Amino acid sequence: MKILKLPKEKLDFFAVVVQQFGEVHAPVEQDGQYAFKRLSRWSEARLDYHRTILPPKKYFLPPCEVLFRYRPAVGYQPETEGLDDRLVLFGVHACDIYALNILDQVFAGPYPDPYYQARRRNIAIIGIECQPDERCFCRSMRAGFVHHGFDLFFYDIGDYYLTMVGTARGDDMVLATGPLFQSVTDADIDEYKRRSASRHLAFTLGVEIRDLSEIVEMEYHARIWDELGERCLSCGSCSMVCPTCYCYDVNDDVALGSRAGRRSRTWDSCLFAQHALVAGGHNFRSSRASRIKFRYYHKQRGFVEEYGRPSCVGCGRCIAACPVHIDITEVINQLRGVPHVTGG
Amino acid sequence: MLQADESPARPAVLTQNPYQPHMARIVRVYKMVPDNYLFTVRFLDDALAMRFSYRPGQFVMLSVPGVGEAPISISSSPSRPGVLEMCVRRVGRLTNALYRLKTNDVVGVRGPYGNGFPTEQMAGRDLLIAAGGLGMAPLRSLVWYALDNREKFSRIVLMYGARNPGEMLFREELVSLVDRSDMTCLLTVDADPTGTWTNHIGLLPTMFDHATLDPPRTYAAVCGPPAVYKYILERLVELGFSKNRILMSLERRMKCGVGKCGHCSVGYKYTCLHGPIFTYWDAINLPEMI
Repeated sequence: MKILKLPKEKLDFFAVVVQQFGEVHAPVEQDGQYAFKRLSRWSEARLDYHRTILPPKKYFLPPCEVLFRYRPAVGYQPETEGLDDRLVLFGVHACDIYALNILDQVFAGPYPDPYYQARRRNIAIIGIECQPDERCFCRSMRAGFVHHGFDLFFYDIGDYYLTMVGTARGDDMVLATGPLFQSVTDADIDEYKRRSASRHLAFTLGVEIRDLSEIVEMEYHARIWDELGERCLSCGSCSMVCPTCYCYDVNDDVALGSRAGRRSRTWDSCLFAQHALVAGGHNFRSSRASRIKFRYYHKQRGFVEEYGRPSCVGCGRCIAACPVHIDITEVINQLRGVPHVTGG
Repeated sequence: MLQADESPARPAVLTQNPYQPHMARIVRVYKMVPDNYLFTVRFLDDALAMRFSYRPGQFVMLSVPGVGEAPISISSSPSRPGVLEMCVRRVGRLTNALYRLKTNDVVGVRGPYGNGFPTEQMAGRDLLIAAGGLGMAPLRSLVWYALDNREKFSRIVLMYGARNPGEMLFREELVSLVDRSDMTCLLTVDADPTGTWTNHIGLLPTMFDHATLDPPRTYAAVCGPPAVYKYILERLVELGFSKNRILMSLERRMKCGVGKCGHCSVGYKYTCLHGPIFTYWDAINLPEMI
């Protein structure tokens, strides 16, 4: 991989140059929290943020997306609007890029999803290293680093950003800035290693994922699910903020007084009561306990079977979002029968 | 995927869109039993109508314009191409809208989806097809596939139970199978208020008394309401059927049919991709499957 470094004082200039690759979106502060948004000026960007309310999945699988427009005599016409928009997501954390790499697998497969894939192609990603807070457990989910899925990735090494160039487009960004980027020295690599080691030790939260899928299987009838079902409000907040949750609902609507309509998909959650409801009224997961168990089972067991790893990257958003303080790390530790795990 | 910066000449949403419904004309609505009509459709595109092939046990996503889309199992056999037959129960929003449509109205169809029955593995074996109530809808495809490819299978036994003759799906055509010498067709009803039923009366499991089975060399295909699974599956195991050769067709909520939307997930399988045909072994191993 091509590795360069960018002097930190040149970041502002780089951000201007990078606009030619698309509309720049970055985390901005919003009522004490952060959200990815289109920047009106570069100074709004807060690259030292800890986590955004919604993950960047909102750009690739929008909360509501029109798939088709229907007209009698024409049929269903795929909606293409917005798919070719060029965006640059600036300042994406490793866990969130890792989550996109997981979504890439879901939206590929035998039936590739052309909407997701078009957006993924057209949206550039500039990643940035972060420092963990008390809710981060990406280290233990093996998602604290990401090896692909970005165009550029910046590691803070003091006066410079050590820059991994992930794609040809990333390389074009580097080249477009002229002589801004410099070659790295042995001292830069040493500084990276030193900081990486100290970041590794900065995690205070973790889980042990070794044989977790087996334990979830063994604890399938455990009391913990009923207890969680008693607490869980089925609000679905954890799914909405999850960077790897991808369930969606599909609905048709018709304009009043017309026979033309559209088919759109919207984010859904397996915690919603009707998620497993079939026509005729039978619900395969009618209790809250069965639904929250399903969420854990699917992420920590089902996904391992299908894709070789859990569909959790340890971003901590569900911990922050849950109105009744259900904490995934506590649930996993309880399933394992171990106390709090530091760092993992 | 990030590498491909240039946009394709025609975007994949237009050319390779797995969610694209293809328009099809309703060519026949047959009122088989109350609230269970057989809809026959044919793609408007002639080439597609002839090209569209599938396995018994697969399903399609059926769109009623302006209303929505739902998974519907295919009741016709791939051995009879040109049209698709779907046995649809009037039970939800989409099917109610479908029942308002008439011959020559247009619907959307995409698919076929799911694994279908493993007909290559089943070839050369005996077949036991056991259906209860509406379970005949997906199994009827297998019945005709097997009869149209009669040389591919050894003995064929069909057992079908309904509450009464009026609720028996495909009644006339199944009654016509009873006299066939190349298969055993056992039709039974729980009760016969009409007094005109000339086949068996009794619950579906009693049909085992009338069938000659060779379990080690037989594939069983089972579909029906929970009571059918409850009384048939364990009976088959007792008779010596391997759990891997007991196949069942399952129903789940589905929004995409192609393993994305998440609704049909059961344990670690997607009903739309890994099913809807599962073995009894799968069903025992996967939570909440039956």
